[in-house]
Amino acid sequence: MSSLIEGRTGKWEVVIGLETHAQIIAKSKLFSGAATAFGAEPNTQVSPIDAAFPGMLPVINRHCVEQAVKTGLGLDAEINRESVFARKNYFYPDLPAGYQISQYELPIVGRGKLTLDMPDGSTREVGITRLHLEQDAGKSLHDQHPTQTYVDLNRAGIGLMEIVSEPDLRSAEEAGIYVRKLRSILRYLGTCDGNMEEGSLRCDCNVSVRRLGEPLGTRCEIKNLNSVRFVMQAIEVEARRQIELIEAGGAVEQQTRLFDSARGETRPMRSKEHAHDYRYFPDPDLLPLVLDEAWIEALRAQLPELPDAKKARFVAEYGLRPEDTDVLVAERATAEYFERVARSNGKSRDAKAAAYWVIGDLFGALNKQGRGIEEAPITPEQLGALLDLIADGTISGRIAKDVFAEMIETGIDAAAIVEKKGLRQMSDTGAIEAAVDAALAAHPAQVAQYHANPKVLGFFVGQVMKATGGKANPALVNELLKRKLVQSS
Amino acid sequence: MSRLTELTIAEARTGLGAKQFSARELAEAYIAAMERARPLNAYITETPEIALDMAAASDARIAKGETRPLDGIPIAVKDLFCTKGVLTTAASHILDGFHPPYESAVTEKLWQAGAVMLGKTNLDEFAMGSSTTTSYHKPTENPWRKPGDNRPLVPGGSSGGSAAAVASHAALGATGTDTGGSIRQPASFCGIVGLKPTYGRCSRWGVVAYASSLDHPGPIARNVRDAAILLGAMAGHDPRDSTSAALPVPDFEKALTGNVRGLRIGLPKEYRADGMPAEIEALWQQGAQWLREAGAEPVEVSLPMTKYALAAYYIIAPAEASSNLARYDGVKYGLRVAGDSLDEMYELTRAEGFGAEVKRRVLIGTYVLSAGYYDAYYLKAQKVRALIARDFAAAFENVDCLLTPTAPSAAFAIGEKQNDPIAMYLNDVFTVPANLVGLPALSVPAGLSADGLPLGLQIVGRAFNEEMVLRVGDVLERAAQFTHRPSFIAGER
Amino acid sequence: MALDKAAVAHIAALARIRLKEAELEPLAAELSQILTWVEQLAEVDTADVAPMTSVAAMRLPMREDEVTDGDRRDDILRNAPQSARGFFAVPKVVE
Repeated sequence: MSSLIEGRTGKWEVVIGLETHAQIIAKSKLFSGAATAFGAEPNTQVSPIDAAFPGMLPVINRHCVEQAVKTGLGLDAEINRESVFARKNYFYPDLPAGYQISQYELPIVGRGKLTLDMPDGSTREVGITRLHLEQDAGKSLHDQHPTQTYVDLNRAGIGLMEIVSEPDLRSAEEAGIYVRKLRSILRYLGTCDGNMEEGSLRCDCNVSVRRLGEPLGTRCEIKNLNSVRFVMQAIEVEARRQIELIEAGGAVEQQTRLFDSARGETRPMRSKEHAHDYRYFPDPDLLPLVLDEAWIEALRAQLPELPDAKKARFVAEYGLRPEDTDVLVAERATAEYFERVARSNGKSRDAKAAAYWVIGDLFGALNKQGRGIEEAPITPEQLGALLDLIADGTISGRIAKDVFAEMIETGIDAAAIVEKKGLRQMSDTGAIEAAVDAALAAHPAQVAQYHANPKVLGFFVGQVMKATGGKANPALVNELLKRKLVQSS
Repeated sequence: MSRLTELTIAEARTGLGAKQFSARELAEAYIAAMERARPLNAYITETPEIALDMAAASDARIAKGETRPLDGIPIAVKDLFCTKGVLTTAASHILDGFHPPYESAVTEKLWQAGAVMLGKTNLDEFAMGSSTTTSYHKPTENPWRKPGDNRPLVPGGSSGGSAAAVASHAALGATGTDTGGSIRQPASFCGIVGLKPTYGRCSRWGVVAYASSLDHPGPIARNVRDAAILLGAMAGHDPRDSTSAALPVPDFEKALTGNVRGLRIGLPKEYRADGMPAEIEALWQQGAQWLREAGAEPVEVSLPMTKYALAAYYIIAPAEASSNLARYDGVKYGLRVAGDSLDEMYELTRAEGFGAEVKRRVLIGTYVLSAGYYDAYYLKAQKVRALIARDFAAAFENVDCLLTPTAPSAAFAIGEKQNDPIAMYLNDVFTVPANLVGLPALSVPAGLSADGLPLGLQIVGRAFNEEMVLRVGDVLERAAQFTHRPSFIAGER
Repeated sequence: MALDKAAVAHIAALARIRLKEAELEPLAAELSQILTWVEQLAEVDTADVAPMTSVAAMRLPMREDEVTDGDRRDDILRNAPQSARGFFAVPKVVE
């Protein structure tokens, strides 16, 4: 796939690395016992530790460590047996201690990788540089008062995983695929809910441009992008800005920038005027974090089947096409739903048909209702039973669509709907033959055309189906029609 | 009855148990002494009402036969320990009006043990100093003066208020913190006992941080037994402090067997270097002789890295402090000086809120951690620290404890050494190594200087072997028979 | 290391401590004196020495993931120089 950008003076390559901040799913904060729930009244989920009161000390949350290790394992990464918490020192009102407890030289997770599933069915590997644990900052509200900024520390101290990619991404589209895939893996693992609207997943993008074959250009960091769309838009406009700047004879200055989605542009952050010197040093309130081999292995044993493995299995086991599989495995709940449609109640069904129904009809219906798969009005077993009715000839595929619509509406089982409405497929040869005969008798002109134009068969199928209220077994109808038309013409 | 403030903790405990006097009477005697001691400026905040309430609770427990180990014992608290609802200042302008919504782990344990809070004592601002002259709340005076010389002397520091209060009998015991000698050096200057326990023995939770890897809470008392009693109540594992040791607390008083027979006492030869004053050297030799006479065996040991300890300390401590003190920004508590912008508010608040020595250390600390200098200063100092730890480990293969002077001099006049930071830093030359390696160290008054001022000797032990340090200190104390009294005693005579 | 006035001003800005022009020169001298003194550490051979960050010979203890604190806004805000509507309030920050 070509991802080069056409400039005024030639083609440019965009080089992108992402730093993703993923909020860890945990009841309490990384170093304090305050709650992490979203949307609480300001400063009600704050302990004196989070507010950096004098003499307060951090104690690490074991679950957050487990979550980071699980995520590392899910990214096929090295787990460092010893890691160190360091203080990153800077002043900002939503950073109450004047430092953020983070990891610097020795993060908990080292090199790993993530596989991008490209739209054409191919895959591409992106390097993960590291994953480290750190505290989230509080929230500054600048729009509540004309001369003041308000600070809410509810978020301060919540555990984050910062996941840093190698500068391996080459387009806004790839960056979008990367974020979606990372989000998918985190959600599979249950380590981050991936909710970008609530800020559970935020991205900083490092963007630079170069002419093909040239060394890396100067990069700019675009901070705090909170949707996949903004990530892609920001990269797009930032790359354009840099290309235009260079082509006009300018040079890119290394900067931290903000993306203004309303104006569709990036601009430098004014509050970061001070040249940064974070003065990292090991946090003397904490000791090195040492992990046991057995402990890591126990976590490894708990890992669920992840999207890549699931995709490979779906392709191998069910004969699905890779590009169809991506949408099925993106969410664990969808994959599980599909598998229960394909195999449940002791039955093994046509997996392609199952995939077709889940991706097509079910997704369509859910979209219309604005629901997620977890809130689907019918169970996968119910959908499976509908497929059974098609497979055993009880109803036709066309009738199945109507039955499905009613199931979605009412949640009633397919068999009950078929029974109640008398939708059972007609497989009685005598009755169908009568309908066929009646149709042929009613349209002699079309019968006469058959020899020259076999397509009139379709016309007659329609007539017969109409006459039988759609219940006639289409295969039988076809067979009988063909035989009789040959005889008659 | 007329001499309640003359009693030791052990004696007061006996008297209270025998109902010779009540906790209320003892508290009242000390509240009166605390008032009389005001000229020393040992206390920043007096809490007589709290003392009387706590004493009443003690009396009620004693009456019911539910006496706790420290019931009714009036204690002063260094104003670096957060006390719930009671002004806590760290002797800094920047904590103006700060009333913590929590109680420090160590003071909580003391109150649980039945101790009675008299008030919060003065210190060098944020515990940065060796003289209690850098306090925003004015210097504390040493209750000792040179005979025939009326100039006020420093009580040492940073726990100078606690030491002055205990020495002048304006408290029966006190808490201190020791980051580079801040318990031991004032104990030496005031003729009393100060114990810096092993790092991790007493929780740092709720103690305003100066340098987290070096800060040690510990007791200040009039004798070794009282220090042992106080430590027993202050020590113990605290899951809220990640560096707190999950070890049981021994009965420290039981360690005072009076028997040091056969113990090997190390005398680090490097401590003699660089012009140690003759009277300090003589006292040190005397101490070794006393222990020899008690059946111990003094032997020379070598701690080659000693001369670098102070320099390493004055990199590590300011580095940690520069970060620990970043939270004082005028946003959440304490002083705020208005500014037109956020940065101006920060800068003005911190300029006005911090005193000269705190600023000096924050700036040094900021510098040694900054880009390009971290390796040469901070990392180098932490490596030297590792070598110092090796020195001690090697020495302790051959000896049971070390004996050294506590400080290179007796108390000096207020105002002296004020304009020479390094001369001031040299006060800590004998005490700093034990902080860098976290070992327990005790200062015991052992004699008087030629000027008639108290001098202490220091015993350093193996990690978590405070019992050894107390045992040897107790024998040294008995041998020294230090019965001299300061010129100012607030307690009734 | 001798610090000049500009270096002191830079450090002070990093540390957010406002210094008056007249303070810079004497502070530069004092800090330089201290730095020169601590630089004696350069004499020590530390080639194969691992830095010691804590004397506590133990592993980092971990706590269970339980909500044990919070829901005490008054405690958190009571000491604040300025607060409004449940928030800490500071001079406006322009991003």
